Amino acid sequence: MVISSLKKTLVGAQGSFLLEADVEIDRGGVTAVAGSSGSGKTTFLRMIAGLTIPDEGRLEVDDQTWFFGEKGRKPVINLKPQERGVGVVFQGYALFPHMTVLGNLLYASGNRSRAEMLLEMVDLGQLKHVKPANLSGGQKQRVALARALMRQPGILLLDEPLSALDETMKAVLQDELIKINRELGVTILIVTHDSSEIYKLCDRVLVFEEGRIVTDTSPRKFFVEREATQKFAFKGEVLEVRDVDAIWVAVVAIGNNLVEVVIDTNEKEGLKVGDSVIVGTKAFNPTIRKFQQGEFDFSRL
Amino acid sequence: MNPGFDIEPFLLSFRLAGITTFLLFIICVPLAWKLARSRSWIKPIIEALVSMPVVLPPTVLGFYLLILLSGRSPFGMLLKQQFDIDLVFTFEGILIASCIYSFPFMLQPLQSGIEQISDELIEASYTLGKSRSETLLHVILPNIKPSILTGLIITFAHTVGEFGVVLMVGGSIQGETRVASIAIFEMVELMDYRTAHIYSLLLIAFSFVVLMTVYLINHHNRKTG
Repeated sequence: MVISSLKKTLVGAQGSFLLEADVEIDRGGVTAVAGSSGSGKTTFLRMIAGLTIPDEGRLEVDDQTWFFGEKGRKPVINLKPQERGVGVVFQGYALFPHMTVLGNLLYASGNRSRAEMLLEMVDLGQLKHVKPANLSGGQKQRVALARALMRQPGILLLDEPLSALDETMKAVLQDELIKINRELGVTILIVTHDSSEIYKLCDRVLVFEEGRIVTDTSPRKFFVEREATQKFAFKGEVLEVRDVDAIWVAVVAIGNNLVEVVIDTNEKEGLKVGDSVIVGTKAFNPTIRKFQQGEFDFSRL
Repeated sequence: MNPGFDIEPFLLSFRLAGITTFLLFIICVPLAWKLARSRSWIKPIIEALVSMPVVLPPTVLGFYLLILLSGRSPFGMLLKQQFDIDLVFTFEGILIASCIYSFPFMLQPLQSGIEQISDELIEASYTLGKSRSETLLHVILPNIKPSILTGLIITFAHTVGEFGVVLMVGGSIQGETRVASIAIFEMVELMDYRTAHIYSLLLIAFSFVVLMTVYLINHHNRKTG
């Protein structure tokens, strides 16, 4: 059980703001930490790992206090990162370039059988004597993951671990993380922008905005039950509105896909190229409507 | 009087340079680590202080070291009275002078090497349970080998090439403080140009080999990246 009431003043693009991480996280779950960049997600993880010192507040993990401090004073309790037993997978992998894959793992702890077991688990047994420079991005990520698990951490923190990988590799690593969570019982906190990742991997979503946790719910509630009247809804951008015989067709870009939606003249009047729109279905027909300010925006994740 | 060629000044130069390099490496590694990771206001002051020997005439440094180490200064008196140590015109005296004089040549390559190591790598080591000194030993130093080599070679060569500081603090005592550069000065004074030529050419060859080694290493590292 992680109980945090940590606070820290951060400087963002629009001036400084207070990061208030008031949250309790149960053992063994996978929690997504989402929010726009500069909203405090990474700092929250870094404060748990002991890499960034909070201004004030308390952090308790399994009834042990890791941090306690009052504003403007030297922290009363501040466990060093070395003492926290947290596994961290950094955004840039942070593999030691002068060590082999196996060397990277054994640096964390001399337990060779655990190193071999973890390398088998992430499917890197064949590459254990290779230096990181000769690995692909996905392989590096798996080494970083295996290394972070060497000291049997109770908590595993991942900062956008899969953002640089292609879709196939992402899926493989997501399965890997699910396996790690189930087999090793590790509590996982993962910073991610990827809505499918949140849905597939996580049992809880925390959304940070300007330093505050504005949403704390399950992925299912977060994504599906939000638009209860619609079967599906995607946000996209209008690229073209075309006259096809008597009807109008809007071409909308949703992610990397283009869809064509039939619209009537009334709908056409309200749309122009470059508009943000929601494409959904009603009675099996795709519909399109203008995106309202304040609606949930996937791209903000 | 023609003393002729004598290998002793060279041996003395190399001994002085070797010990200076060794001592400075031991001192500068932790200091470079500290400075590279520091954001304190005191950092630029320390950096400026230790870089002074690069711009100061060696005679200025030698002059004040002479005064500091002599029996007339409080520090010199303390050494003399408490420990019966007199550092002026001794090998130990020019060793201290050399360490101060060559300090920036060891510190700067080490510090810039450490500054180039990403914070993530160091933090990763911490989260794997390793202390600062373990991180320094097993993560930082192995990843700044070119900087270490540059620091060692340049410090050694710079110490061999020093003249003013040694002359001020050590004079020219055979077997004690008469290093190669001073021996050349003496040979010229004695009009023994032949020996002066031999000494000088040896130092030119030595300097060329040293500098070429440094450039070869740097070139090799840029290529293998």
